[in-house]
Amino acid sequence: MTPASYQGRSVWSLALERFLADRVAVISAAIVVMGLLTVLASALDLVASQWSQELAVGHAPPHWFAHDESSSDGQAKVRGATTRPIATAGTSNNAPTPCDVLDPIESEMRQVGGYSSSQAKLTPSAADVQDPIANELSLASKKLAQHRTIPMAERAPSAAWGADKWGRDVLDKTIKAAETSILVGLCAALIATVIGSLLGAFSGWYGGWVDDLSNWIYNVLNAIPSILLILAIAAVLDSKGVLSIVIILGVTGWTGVYRLVRGEYLKHRDRDYVRAAYAIGASPLRRMFIHVLPNVSHVILVQFSLLTVACIKAEVILSFLGFGVPVDGVSWGTMLTEAQNDLLLGIWWQLAAATLAMGLFVTALSLLTDALRDALDPKLTH
Amino acid sequence: MAAYVIRRLWQMLPTMAGVVLLVFFLFNWVGGDPAYVLAGLFSSQEQIASIRKELGLDEPMWRQLLIFVKQVISFDFGTSWTTGEKVSQIFATRLPASLTVVAPLLVIETMIGVVIAIAVSWVRGSWIDRSVMIVCTTAMSISILVFIIVGQYLLAYRLNWFPVQGWGESFTTNLFVYAPLPILLGLMVSIAPNTRLFRSFILDEIDQDYVRTARAKGMNEARVMFIHVLRNALIPVITFVISNLPGLLLGAFLLERFFGIPGVGREIILAVERSDFPVIKAVTVYVALATMVFNLIGDLLYRLADPRIQLK
Repeated sequence: MTPASYQGRSVWSLALERFLADRVAVISAAIVVMGLLTVLASALDLVASQWSQELAVGHAPPHWFAHDESSSDGQAKVRGATTRPIATAGTSNNAPTPCDVLDPIESEMRQVGGYSSSQAKLTPSAADVQDPIANELSLASKKLAQHRTIPMAERAPSAAWGADKWGRDVLDKTIKAAETSILVGLCAALIATVIGSLLGAFSGWYGGWVDDLSNWIYNVLNAIPSILLILAIAAVLDSKGVLSIVIILGVTGWTGVYRLVRGEYLKHRDRDYVRAAYAIGASPLRRMFIHVLPNVSHVILVQFSLLTVACIKAEVILSFLGFGVPVDGVSWGTMLTEAQNDLLLGIWWQLAAATLAMGLFVTALSLLTDALRDALDPKLTH
Repeated sequence: MAAYVIRRLWQMLPTMAGVVLLVFFLFNWVGGDPAYVLAGLFSSQEQIASIRKELGLDEPMWRQLLIFVKQVISFDFGTSWTTGEKVSQIFATRLPASLTVVAPLLVIETMIGVVIAIAVSWVRGSWIDRSVMIVCTTAMSISILVFIIVGQYLLAYRLNWFPVQGWGESFTTNLFVYAPLPILLGLMVSIAPNTRLFRSFILDEIDQDYVRTARAKGMNEARVMFIHVLRNALIPVITFVISNLPGLLLGAFLLERFFGIPGVGREIILAVERSDFPVIKAVTVYVALATMVFNLIGDLLYRLADPRIQLK
């Protein structure tokens, strides 16, 4: 019976011990786990399911900001809120719509057949001309019909972390946006890691034409800066929703993983334990994925973590530019777009919420990645 | 050395061919038919057909590929689909504006990054080092968008220290009135990742034997740092900067968009928003070529600066 001091411990248990000894790492891991649980709860509609409901008045301030001071005449005036409806579907403006305005392109429109009997509606006349956004428009009007608008009088004067221009609760939006951004980041990173690892494994193991072909693809994708490649593919696919961002980010992000995994497989291919496996008759696939892969998995894990951070940041920028989530979804990027306009009016709560949430999660994830990399490296002096 | 350069240039050819194929596949195959979108809602079939003919989209795929290859070789990508401006003209006029922001930004951010990295490496391992690294990580986690939005709002809109947006006519106006705020914000965003990277370069050098020898000879820490370590650590810094130059030009697109600077990055965003394929195709091909050329220059500089490197 070997004494305890001679007993070998697995790489992972040693790494875990090193990881737990680092306070920053443990705190970051806790924050990331809490964030992921929130994302799960939001995805299951346990929280923030009413985020698109306009519950408050436009630009309602947060509770704790609104009632700092009561105004001198005794009425609880809420700071920053807009009590007039900004954009309402269905409620009529007091001023009648003018119908005697000169239409500068009226004759051309009649020629093309743009106006039907009612002047307000514009329909294409030629039966063979396809309306490129007909589907989206019909979907949108169907959704609008289902949407229940709460009348102005019943709306709350303040919300937990304020409201945006239309009166949607910022806290709910932040949680839903976290779900979108983090899930997109995770899925895109997963796709990229899988592609990169598989290609790297086959490329490093077999060499030959597989290696040449993969290297060529890698060089081509590396020659184009990633932001340009992402924008180019986004231009071509023309933003058909969250799935297309995930695919774009996944297909453009695998190059780093590929290079590292290929290097690792080149190293491990000629190691003794692999030769021993060959000697007892293990097939190449078995040797690649059952013998070598566990020894390479720490590299892949760290790369996956890094890629998640990069994909979340890329998704935020894409959503900000309008190439990301569709109009009926929310992401930290779209919140930042609205926040820029809000800021001009002095409304800061949406910017603060999105920044704090994103900063907290991504910082924790980055610190976690660094700690993982340090913990999994046995040569680092701790 | 000459053999190496020729071999690298030769190796660029299959990669360029791959880039051309990728761009063609993306824009002519996947991108499909933009004729409907470009013609507008009330167009007739003849208009759509004539647009297709004009853009060359009614040709078979292989002929379109030949046309595209000819365009790449002759550097003539035709005209923009939305403005009708020649694509080469677009680049020629937008490049100076981009460079007015990017060139000073690059120089200043490298200098500041190196200085802070040296300062942090001096006290490596201490709580200052650790907390600076955590602050850097936090700064990198906050999206660049937040920096720009808050910076533009506070410094330009509120405090009126800089103009909120815009671009002028003369070079001096641009450099001293309109460029400072974008450059400042670009600095704030890039300090964190640069510090981390340069610190890792410096720390790679600090553990070397020659440093220990220098200290054993009685050299003071400042001399060791600035004369021995820095000289060696600057090599990867400079090659990193040179290799990243094309990416930086593009990366300034957010700054250009927020500040209304008529640069290359802003053109790309506009082209993507308007589905202006010739511009995007041209940019992708040019930037890929520039990236490969600058990578080669970076490698050559590395060899020139560090005689131990053998270029194969």
